[in-house]
Amino acid sequence: MKVAVLKGGRSLERGVSLRSGARVEDALERLGHEVLPLEADASLVGRLTEGRPDVAFVAMHGAGGEDGTAQELLEILGIPFTGPGVAACARCIDKVLAKHELRAAGVPTPDWFAFNETAFRELGAGDALGALEQRFGFPLVVKPSRGGSALGIKFAENWFDVPEALVSAFSYDDRVLLERFVDGRELAVSVVGDEALPVVEAIPQEGDAYDFEARYEIGRTSFACPAELPAEQAAAVTEAALAAYGALGCSGFSRVDLILGDEGPQVLEVNAIPGLTDTSLLPQAAEAAGMSFEQLVERILDLALTTANA
Amino acid sequence: MPEPPHRRRAHASSSDLERYAGLFAERTRVMRSSAMRDLMAVTARPEVISLAGGLPDTSTFPPQTFAAQMTRIAQESAAEALQYGPTEGFRETVDCIVQVMGAEGMLPDPEDVIVTTGGQQAIDLICKTLVDPGDAVICEAPTYPGAIPVFCSYQADTIQIECDAEGMRIDELEDTLERLEIEGRRPKFIYSVPTFQNPAGVTMSLERRRRLVELARARELLVVEDNPYGLLRFGGEALPPLYQLDGGDFVIYIGTFSKILSPGIRLGWAVTPPPVMEKVVLGKQASDLCTSTLTQYFVREHFAGGRWREYVDSVAEIYRERRDAMLAALERYFPPQASWTEPEGGLFVWATLPPYIDTSDLLAKALREDVAFVPGQAAYVDGRGRNSMRLNFSAGGEEEIREGIRRIGKTIAEQVELYGALTGETPEVAPRSQSRPSDAENVVPFRKAEGA
Repeated sequence: MKVAVLKGGRSLERGVSLRSGARVEDALERLGHEVLPLEADASLVGRLTEGRPDVAFVAMHGAGGEDGTAQELLEILGIPFTGPGVAACARCIDKVLAKHELRAAGVPTPDWFAFNETAFRELGAGDALGALEQRFGFPLVVKPSRGGSALGIKFAENWFDVPEALVSAFSYDDRVLLERFVDGRELAVSVVGDEALPVVEAIPQEGDAYDFEARYEIGRTSFACPAELPAEQAAAVTEAALAAYGALGCSGFSRVDLILGDEGPQVLEVNAIPGLTDTSLLPQAAEAAGMSFEQLVERILDLALTTANA
Repeated sequence: MPEPPHRRRAHASSSDLERYAGLFAERTRVMRSSAMRDLMAVTARPEVISLAGGLPDTSTFPPQTFAAQMTRIAQESAAEALQYGPTEGFRETVDCIVQVMGAEGMLPDPEDVIVTTGGQQAIDLICKTLVDPGDAVICEAPTYPGAIPVFCSYQADTIQIECDAEGMRIDELEDTLERLEIEGRRPKFIYSVPTFQNPAGVTMSLERRRRLVELARARELLVVEDNPYGLLRFGGEALPPLYQLDGGDFVIYIGTFSKILSPGIRLGWAVTPPPVMEKVVLGKQASDLCTSTLTQYFVREHFAGGRWREYVDSVAEIYRERRDAMLAALERYFPPQASWTEPEGGLFVWATLPPYIDTSDLLAKALREDVAFVPGQAAYVDGRGRNSMRLNFSAGGEEEIREGIRRIGKTIAEQVELYGALTGETPEVAPRSQSRPSDAENVVPFRKAEGA
């Protein structure tokens, strides 16, 4: 089969995407497929039209590849592709939109408020911030609504940290959310098809927060896979993850990030196209389930061809 | 050339990685990278105006001269130029080095000179010779970003001393030395780029140079003077290098051909007292046996032409024009809350923004405008420098510099305005230095307030 691998792009996660893409290409070759490596740029559509792949493996993260843009193009061109469709990508990439969908579907997610820049610049939303303290208390987590990984995410320990954290978050997106901080274990559940893989736990080392620095670096964060959880808790976490996956309309594969605190699992976000690098969580979870990276890639391809993405 | 047959290694699985990770030396854990590297990967897009690099402009070196020089080497010394050379470097290369140092008033003993693979290797070899894990190493704040990974890989305890418009704050250095003495610790060396510093663009004043050298002598401490840019002076009066003031007893000197000829030839040097040299030579033997013979022959040819200084001056003139373009653009496009250094030479301007702006985040925003710079954090070991940035003016043309600064200025102005809207305050005028008021008598602000 001729498989196009879409990677790179202009997003801030370009570097991660190139590593994901290279690893997928390698696996595809081992599986005996013909690989058409495609860096996402202005010539992408031309090269897709010319190359006529049977299926496209989307290994792009962040804006442009994980937000439905590339998927929309592939739909127009009639090329089946891996991972979630346009609508699910658009929901996942926008944390605010995703949280609304999750809440509507009864999936637990931490309380939040969202603001866009206009609200502050033109509507005096700064005056409403005071109400937040009463509602959530500190610390608060300030995040850009769109954007993967941990770029631009800041903790506000007190009132004085908030404006600065907002300025940082607004560097990445014109909408940000202020979220109640939930203390607990950081878990990730990858879903392939309709099947949840074993729960992975990220354990920060030496007091590092689980941040962008740590996320892609060997040795900075250690991972327990499967996470050491009582069966009952593991089941609750998996159930919440599958519910989130369904609520956002994901298909193919995705990764659900959760916090397990005193109130049970809370879904933080769903990554429509999670990282597939050497240190990424989805491949680790697959391995724990007895699935090699090649088998994982083959399964994702099968799902792209059998589900009616195109 | 067609690609030769080769093996394509399977990408490692996470269990493979675990296996290797278990073998990694302790020193690999402190090496920095990732987030910055990923951001920097985006700056490499062709449409991005990058003020982030530190590249000298090599486009003005005449290709015919290069061809003639290399031809002569091929015709007259092919066998020697393709052979190993002495670890210390060829005496002829050292003679060129003595000329370069002489141009700044220094008179080294050729026996004290070792030719290295770039100035970077000199930093590495000095650390290899002097630093045990946990040893204190002192440097400027901010310091040369490329020195940090070297200090980290030798597991030094890096202590940074604040810089102002006159370079390293010697009063703060003295306080630090006192504190270390009480703790029973002796720093292995004090690393400084005293002239047109990378990244801050500042030059240490003559008075501070004298005090630093006296201090080193009185306390028997080593100073490592890294001086890649000294000959790239656009204005002001040349100051004596620390090496000259000290005479080479307590100052180890690092030089390079990278900025005065070519960084691609990877040729630098160190000048050290003889007992240190002995160990440095052993260290270099272990690292790479000798510096490239071929590029040493090239330098010899270049200097034999007798016009090496002319070339340096021609490059400096180009950089002067680019610096002027950058300073004019900063004045025009950066908001009044920003301040910056006005270098009299070198390759860099250092800008300081209000404390509520994190330049790593600002870079993400600037990249949407297709412009890049180095976030200040890269020049610190301890997370400081978050509201500063390094801007390079040697690599691009004047129009590109103006446009780049315009775009960065726009993103800063947006953040200043947003912060004002968030806090309900009229944007404050940033202090021209970040020091405490009680330090006022010792502090020379980066840029005088009249620009505001």
